[in-house]
Parts: sequence; C-alpha cells; structure tokens
Amino acid sequence: MPAKIASDWLNACSGCEIAIVDLGERLLTVLGLVDFVHLPALMDHKYYGQTGQGTHIEIPEADVGIISGGLRNAEHLEVAEEMRKKCKAVIALGTCATHGGIPALANSYENSAIFSRYYSTETTAPNDGTVPGDGVPELLDRCYALDEKIAVDIYLPGCPPHSDQIFEALTAFLEGRSPDLAQKSVCDTCPTIREGKGKLKQMRRFLEAPHYGAPDEPLDRMRCLLEQGFLCMGPVTKAGCGGNRVTPRCISARVPCRGCYGPVKADGNQRLDMLNALASNGIDLGSLPETTSMLRFSGAHHLLGPARQ
Amino acid sequence: MAARTIKIAPITRIEGHATIAIHLDDAGNVADSKVHFQSIRGFEKFVEGKPAEELPRIVNRICGICPWHHHLASNKAVDRCFGVTPTPAGHKLRELVQTIAQAEDKLLHFFFLAAADFVIGPDADYAVRNVIGIAKANPELATKVVQMRYKAKMILEKFAGKAIHPVAGVVGGFAKPLTEADRQWMLADMREILDFALFTIEFAKKDVFPKYLDAIQSLGVIKTGFIGTVDDNGALNLYDGKIRLMKPDGAFADFDVQNYADYIGEQVVPWSYGKFPYAKSWNEGFSLDLENPKGIYRANTLARINVADKMATPRAQAELEEFRSLFGRPAQATLLYHYARLIEEVYACEHAIELLKDPSITDTDVRAKVEPRAGRGVGCVEAPRGTLIHDYSTDDNGLVTRANLIVGTTHNLGPINMSVNQAARALIKDGVADEGILNKVEMAVRAYDP
Ligand code: SF4
Ligand code: SF4
Ligand code: SF4
Repeated sequence: MPAKIASDWLNACSGCEIAIVDLGERLLTVLGLVDFVHLPALMDHKYYGQTGQGTHIEIPEADVGIISGGLRNAEHLEVAEEMRKKCKAVIALGTCATHGGIPALANSYENSAIFSRYYSTETTAPNDGTVPGDGVPELLDRCYALDEKIAVDIYLPGCPPHSDQIFEALTAFLEGRSPDLAQKSVCDTCPTIREGKGKLKQMRRFLEAPHYGAPDEPLDRMRCLLEQGFLCMGPVTKAGCGGNRVTPRCISARVPCRGCYGPVKADGNQRLDMLNALASNGIDLGSLPETTSMLRFSGAHHLLGPARQ
Repeated sequence: MAARTIKIAPITRIEGHATIAIHLDDAGNVADSKVHFQSIRGFEKFVEGKPAEELPRIVNRICGICPWHHHLASNKAVDRCFGVTPTPAGHKLRELVQTIAQAEDKLLHFFFLAAADFVIGPDADYAVRNVIGIAKANPELATKVVQMRYKAKMILEKFAGKAIHPVAGVVGGFAKPLTEADRQWMLADMREILDFALFTIEFAKKDVFPKYLDAIQSLGVIKTGFIGTVDDNGALNLYDGKIRLMKPDGAFADFDVQNYADYIGEQVVPWSYGKFPYAKSWNEGFSLDLENPKGIYRANTLARINVADKMATPRAQAELEEFRSLFGRPAQATLLYHYARLIEEVYACEHAIELLKDPSITDTDVRAKVEPRAGRGVGCVEAPRGTLIHDYSTDDNGLVTRANLIVGTTHNLGPINMSVNQAARALIKDGVADEGILNKVEMAVRAYDP
C-alpha cells in the first residue's frame, strides 16, 4: 500500500511547496510511491467537503502530514490541529513552520500596528479604520512556530529547505529510517578560506562586493566573508542548504548567509549566539545597524516581541 | 428551498490563500458571492527599521513562486533610495534572471496548476484532476514538462546560488558576473526551453483551447481595463519601462512608476484582508458591479498582451498577431489568460536568448559601490501575476522608514471577485451546485493565477 500523505500550507509563501516540485524527475518517483490525500497547492481536496456542505475542517487520515508555514490565524490553528489528529507523523517543512520564518518579524509589533499601517498607506483610499472581518479568519495574537501549538515529529528547516533534503526526508520516511540531515553549522560546510579575523573591529554592511579573484575562481580560494568584515550568519545557522552539493547556497553566489535554516540547535537563539560570537572576537557591536534582522528567520518561540511601552 | 451559503475552501491549485462564499437565495439562485483573500502578513510594517539593502532578501518571502520579481523590484527601489545606478552588466544580469524566472513560472502555472482542468477535464474526480493525474494519464508529456521546468529552475540555481528566495540581486547591481562558460551552457538550455515553449503553444492551440471555446467565451467573462509595462516603442517589457493603464475601451495613458500613487488607489473591503487596487486616475471611484464596474482594471498575462502594441521578439509577435486576429484588442475573455501566458512564455524564452547572445553580459563590472543615505525610491517589474510595485523611504543611515507595496496579484482581486460572481450566476441554477460546477467557478479564479 502506498503511504498516504496530507500536506498543507499555513502562514507560508508557497516556496516550500515549490521546493517539493523542484525535486524534478524525482518528483515523479515520489508520486509513484505515495498517495496524496490532501494538497491544496496541486490538488482539489476541500476542507468542508467537495461541495462545501461541511461545518468544520476535515482532512483525510494519512501516514504523514507535511505542514509548511507557521500559525498566524484561527484557521491555520484549526488546520494544524486537524492534521495532527489525522496524521500518524507530522513534518514541519521550512523555517516558517519550525521557527516562524520571515513572517514572524511581525512579532515585533501588535496586530493593531500592522493593521493600521496596512490599511492606511499612501495609496489606500480613506476608510474609517475598520479592519476586514467578514469571512476572513481572525488573527492570533502573534505568529507561532508549529511546535508551539501541536507536536511535531520531524523538523525540516530551510527557507526553503533544499529539494535534496526534502527527498532524503521523504525516502527515509518511506523506508522507515530516520533522515540523514546535517546537524552542524553552515560554516562547517563552507569552503571559503579562514585565517582568523586579524585586526578586524567593525562589521560592514553588504554595500560593496567582497574580495575575490577572477569570476570563475573557486570558492575555496575566496576568504571567508565574515573575516572580510561582512556580517555572515553562517556560524549560528544550521547546515544543509547546499543539498547534495553541500556548498552553502548564498556563499556560492558570493553573498553572506542570513540564517535561513534557523539556529544550529533547534532551541538556539541566532541573535544571541551571533552577538556573543562577535563580541568574544572583539567586534564593536555598535558597528551593526540593528540586530532584529538576526532573528529574521526565527522570531517565533517568544524571541521577538513588541517593544515594551 | 432555504437560502444557503456554499463554501469553496480552500480555493486550490492557486498560489495564495483564498476561499469563495456563494450565497443562494430561497429559489437556489445566486444572490451574491464573495472571494475572501485570507492572508495578511504585515510586510509593510515589519520592514521598518531594517537596513534597506537587506529588503531584497526579506520581501522575496512574500511569494515563493515569484520571489525573483519581489527581489528585483525591491533592489530597484533601494537603488533609487541610495541614488545609485546599477552597472550595465549588473542591469543586464538582473534582467536575464528575471526573464528566465518568468519562463519557468509560466510552465509551472500552465502545466502544474491549470492544465488539469483542460487535459483531464473540469468534471473529472478531484483525485485525478491534477498534475498527478496528468502524470499517470500522459507520462511522456509529464516527464518532458518536469524536465523543462526543472531545467529553467536549475539555470537560476546553478548560476545565482539560490533560485527560491534569491540573493544574487544586490543594491548597485548583481552579486557575481556571468562567465563565458556560463553564457554558453545557459544559451543551450534556453534554446531547448524555447523549443518546448513553441511546442506548448502549438499543443494548446491544437489540442486544448479548441475544446473549450464555449467556456472561453463565457466563463468568468467581464469587461475591465488593463495594466502592464511597455518599452519606448510600445512593446511588452517584463523588466523595465513605462506603465500603461488602459481603459475598457482601449484608450490608454502611460506613466512613470515613480508617480504610481497618482494613478492607482487601493480600496479596503470588509470581506478580504487583501486590498483591492483601482484606477484612481479615472476619477470614477470603485465598484465591482458586473454591469457597470468602476475603476476596475486587470493585470498579469492577458493585461500585458492587451496593453502592448507589439512583442519585441519575432515568434512572440507572430503569436500575438494570430491572437489579436481571433480575439481583438483588448481581449476581455478571462480564460484567455492561459493563451496569453503561453505567448509570453515564447517571448520570455526568446528574450532570454537575446540577452545571452550579447557578449557584453559577461562584463565583470557587475556592482556599483553604494553609500546608504536618506531617500525615496519606487521599484517596479512585471511579476508573472502583474505589475509589482515596491516603494520605500530611508533615513540618513539607510534604514527603512516607510514601505508601501502593491503586489501583482492584488490588481486582480477585484476582477477575480467579479469573474467568480459572473461564473456562479451563470452556472448555478435552482440550487444545483455539484463538484464539476464548483470547479468551473474556481477555473474563473485559476485563470488569473493568483
Ligand atoms: S520557510 Fe521560506 S519558503 Fe517556506 S513558506 Fe516560509 S518563507 Fe516560504
Ligand atoms: S562566516 Fe560565512 S563565509 Fe565565513 S565560513 Fe561561515 S558561512 Fe562561510
Ligand atoms: S547560506 Fe544561509 S541564508 Fe543562504 S541558503 Fe544557506 S542557510 Fe540560507
């Protein structure tokens, strides 16, 4: 019997699902091995029955539930709880699901501040301050990672996770073994040259190109971007984004890491860890323009909150 | 029969999060319908205080299907805030990756999201009415589709590091140059994808569209204006140019996107978190009335094909001429979005090849040096789903003080409501609304690829 899979996207951008599609021909292999019973991105199973007569959200039973996105509104929560009830195992797919992701940057603000900006921009026609509430799900007080509300069995962070890792996780699941996913940091998988930081005291913003030789010079001839003085979140970010090719994806574009795989240890704090690392290396933290961005991928779990009045 | 509400939730095989509510009266006919757009994430708020040069790597998370377009519109806005002009090679590389991303996206939409309704059939069981069903029914075609889309996607990943949520566009230009070797393999790959684009449009014209001519002429048809980007010769341009806003009768005005706020307004409606843009410059207000809409225009493929005087590449131009001879200008039938999408696919492939044929694209001066400063900038590209506008202001330190975004999809939120309303009224009579009928209502949404 093919394994049954239910999949849904919550406070998500669809990038995680496209990463599944990006399995390429392996997608056809996977489709031959499993039965999708619910997958709004690609198939038409409906929450309230196919003709919309139901009164509550129903998802068919499945061996595994794959959920991308965090929880931002009442419907996300209802779907997540229903998936938990109907699926033997739940995979949190992507950093939004594991740590809140970029949308959890909203946790720095009260919902009211978000509404009042969005519904009064310079192009918004004047309105009396009412917020839409007819037929749209009510927002939760903030953006939650999945495991703040339901139990999660497998964490697959990444924004998005590399397709090679998704393939490994799925095949491991089908074969009944645990997936072989890296537990180290992005730096541990980075080929750049490290010689120590030297006299470096300040962090530079990424407003100019890093130094490297000819355009086709391999990455193992380029000096580490952090040692060149550009903030790079590689030391405090979980490895894996390079997939089978290993090399971190941003570094291969000669651009510093921003931490999209979330913390190395699932409950780590990327901002705290990075600030500690910089401070212990004698870097002047005042040279950073701000630090909220260091939590841009992992602001759930109460790490980001509105400034106290 | 008692009045009741039919819920289509979620709308499937679309990118966003939306539901449809169709309200039936006592006689079982459609009294009203609403499309509820359910997502609000607050990007306009939470980018405040962030270094502007980081925004292209934050706002791309608005959409995982079209992250390149957010990434590049954002880069353009930041360039302007900081008063920098990208180097010529930086500019060309941005346009190249954006064009390839367009080519990839259209294959994704046509085959993975939309095609099941046409290839498997709108009334088929939902378990097979999808790309998985296509893979089982026509494995040869499915394999080819998967390979070609993957090839386009991998061009982006191999060259630019990250294809979903890209990082290679940087303020002042592009993060890395294109080597001669890159140029050669990319050219070969794009030629293959162009062949597939030409195959696809022939396949659709021969085997798909003719079967659905009735549906094309009736399903979700409304009359609106259109928006898109054209170059100085009036040819369709996906990356740069002036914005053309066309009225339902075909009259149009061109404007510089820096002045977008004079032309476009956004209406807040109680049933949708997403706001509904409308043509402020028409001075007629906002109404979704099917007989007499006000301020309503559409974006995305059909809109761009309508506003453009011509296509800048030969094969796409020939396709446009054939299309116009059949459907006129502006063409209003909603399902023609699919046809227009395939014409744009041909254009995107041809144009990517043009860009790659220019040897100066390998120039190594890809990035101008930048100093942060206070400023304001509007950046715009044509995303697959429509004219995409990012508008930022920065303080002296180059931190964002204010952001306003008009996302491609949102231009079509009002029209989607209208098309659904039109389709529901035409299809649902005497309380009969089976799965096939409801799927046809959704097809009126899917055409817009929201
Ligand atoms: S983790 Fe990234 S790719 Fe996945 S849904 Fe969130 S923003 Fe999108
Ligand atoms: S800090 Fe960045 S560039 Fe340096 S080794 Fe780590 S990931 Fe690589
Ligand atoms: S280098 Fe860092 S930011 Fe880039 S893809 Fe890898 S983990 Fe994500």
